[in-house]
Amino acid sequence: MSPSKHFNLPARLLHWLMSAMILTMLFVGVGMVASVTQRPWLVDLHRPVGIAILLLVIVRLINRLLSPPPPLPADLPTLQSIAAKLSHLLLYALMFAMPLVGWSMLSAGGYPIPMFGAVHLPAIVPHDPALYAVLRCAHTWLAFLLFATVLLHLAAALFHAWVRRDGVFQSMAGGD
Amino acid sequence: MPDPATPPEAGKPRRNPLPALAAIAAIIAAMALAFAWVGGWLTPSKLTPARFVDVIEKANGEVSAGYRRAHAKGVCIAGTFESNGAGAALSKARVFAAGKLPVLGRMSIGGGSPHAADSGGRVRSLSLQLIADDGQEWRTAMNSFPVFMVATAQGFYDLNVASTADPATGKPDPAKMAAFGKAHPEAAPFFEWAKTAPWSTSLASTTYNGVNAFRFVDAAGGSRYVRWSMRPQTPFEAMDAEQLKAADPNFLSADLATRLAAGPLRWDLVVTVAAASDPIADPTKAWPEDRQQIVVGTLIVDRTEPQINGACRDINFDPLVLPTGIEGSDDPILAARSAIYSVSFNRREHEIGTGKAPDATGQAGSSTGGKP
Ligand code: HEM
Ligand code: HEM
Ligand code: HEM
Repeated sequence: MSPSKHFNLPARLLHWLMSAMILTMLFVGVGMVASVTQRPWLVDLHRPVGIAILLLVIVRLINRLLSPPPPLPADLPTLQSIAAKLSHLLLYALMFAMPLVGWSMLSAGGYPIPMFGAVHLPAIVPHDPALYAVLRCAHTWLAFLLFATVLLHLAAALFHAWVRRDGVFQSMAGGD
Repeated sequence: MPDPATPPEAGKPRRNPLPALAAIAAIIAAMALAFAWVGGWLTPSKLTPARFVDVIEKANGEVSAGYRRAHAKGVCIAGTFESNGAGAALSKARVFAAGKLPVLGRMSIGGGSPHAADSGGRVRSLSLQLIADDGQEWRTAMNSFPVFMVATAQGFYDLNVASTADPATGKPDPAKMAAFGKAHPEAAPFFEWAKTAPWSTSLASTTYNGVNAFRFVDAAGGSRYVRWSMRPQTPFEAMDAEQLKAADPNFLSADLATRLAAGPLRWDLVVTVAAASDPIADPTKAWPEDRQQIVVGTLIVDRTEPQINGACRDINFDPLVLPTGIEGSDDPILAARSAIYSVSFNRREHEIGTGKAPDATGQAGSSTGGKP
């Protein structure tokens, strides 16, 4: 049996759901720290959606290990194929890192970490200014790295869809 | 129709890739621009929390590394909150269930200098962190003024700009302050208070007001808007201009230490419930005197710690850190405070965390540690 040309349905659903969530998080993040009026509701949205991304990326990784993705086209230049694999690795790393850094940064800052209603998360690192300083900067710079990587990834996806027309885009967009 | 996933067959005419490449470039550029716009980087005149803190730092005349950008001079306090249970009918927050819980806090004077003279602190403050038995937290930062000077962040920004010292005279330009007063008639009650309210001799006999309105939600889902105050049990004793002039620069902390050596200090937490007609989103307007007031508990302060190494140093008393049962109101000053305190906190914690704040952490040797 030849390998499927498509990501399986859970992979596709998770990919598109999470890309919408992550883009929302990036825009909400920079928007809320730049607003003197809209921060309260935006930050109340930002925390639980960020933690939801952490939970979803765990499911996504398990699904990927159980059901490996379709191979890239054989005629894709080696450099492009390496770039594709490295960028996916980086995206996965950041999907784990961003929420974990967000959660630990609030812990280190001595903040409570409310999710919804009375549900709060416990602190995962000690309340400490040196740790907070590092994590708070990391949250910003990793977010910028994530946004840049997503833009490159989007450009590459559209390049596959509109220029190469090699089925890579369809592997994520369509089903068997 | 061929399966779209199949690569184009050899022999098909090759398309010109340029339009597609241009479309891709346009999409990426549009997203990058949208991101920059939302982040405020394309609109340098937009009032952002970071730009607000910049102007506070400028009005302060200097940056005192590691210290709060406002209310810089202060002392950590600790004690107990004894709830009498009367608040439970107003809010389901566990802090109002009858009982005791430990409290951490900070007393301070307004202003950006950690070593200012206490006699210049027209505004005195009390911040508290209360953690209930369900782990939920309530932070509040209260001031001795009964009303705020403006109702929007922009208004307070304008005041900071107007009160920034003119480099030529070293003093705020009176013309700019007069122009501010004219443009902001809502500030009159505040300035009236600042001019005429008697000064008390002690932080212990000062009333601290939450000023902004909040919403209390009870267990049945009913809600009401409230404001709260800490009313001292210590009798008020006024201080005249002569006494103020003669006072030691740190008379407030000295007084606090003397009083605490003799025993704990108490304040009643008074909740004022708004009537339907009362302004909720405008902290410049007092509510009528005859509104229902309920004493819901007593704050008992029994010790202080210097802020250079006390537990209050690394806390952001963000007024929107609230338990379920207490919610923020539409008062725009609340949203602004939450956003702006975060920037001030980030800057000072960064300075402390990277070792750039020897004075604020007591590593500078002869520091007075910003005791009031
Ligand atoms: C995929 C996940 C996440 C993304 C992409 C993300 C992105 C961002 C961005 C772009 C900012 C603005 C940074 C700046 O401009 O300085 C931000 C701020 C913030 N994030 Fe996240 N974040 C994520 C997860 C989380 C989580 C899980 C939490 C907490 C549980 C969190 C809490 C915060 C807070 C509190 C701020 C504001 C901090 C401040 O005002 O100093 N984030 N985030
Ligand atoms: C926040 C946004 C996004 C993230 C974090 C993200 C992440 C990923 C990751 C990690 C993969 C590797 C496959 C996997 O294991 O899941 C992938 C594949 C893919 N993504 Fe995204 N993605 C995002 C947005 C987008 C967008 C906006 C598009 C297109 C418009 C897109 C198109 C694709 C395509 C076509 C693939 C398949 C590539 C292949 O076969 O190797 N992605 N994405
Ligand atoms: C837009 C209006 C306001 C701005 C921009 C502002 C700004 C600030 C800033 C930058 C800090 C230092 C925060 C930190 O580093 O942790 C601060 C502290 C404080 N503010 Fe405000 N403030 C505003 C309104 C108010 C109001 C209405 C009150 C009282 C009712 C208040 C009471 C306090 C208190 C008590 C502190 C000291 C908190 C502590 O001990 O950590 N502020 N303010």
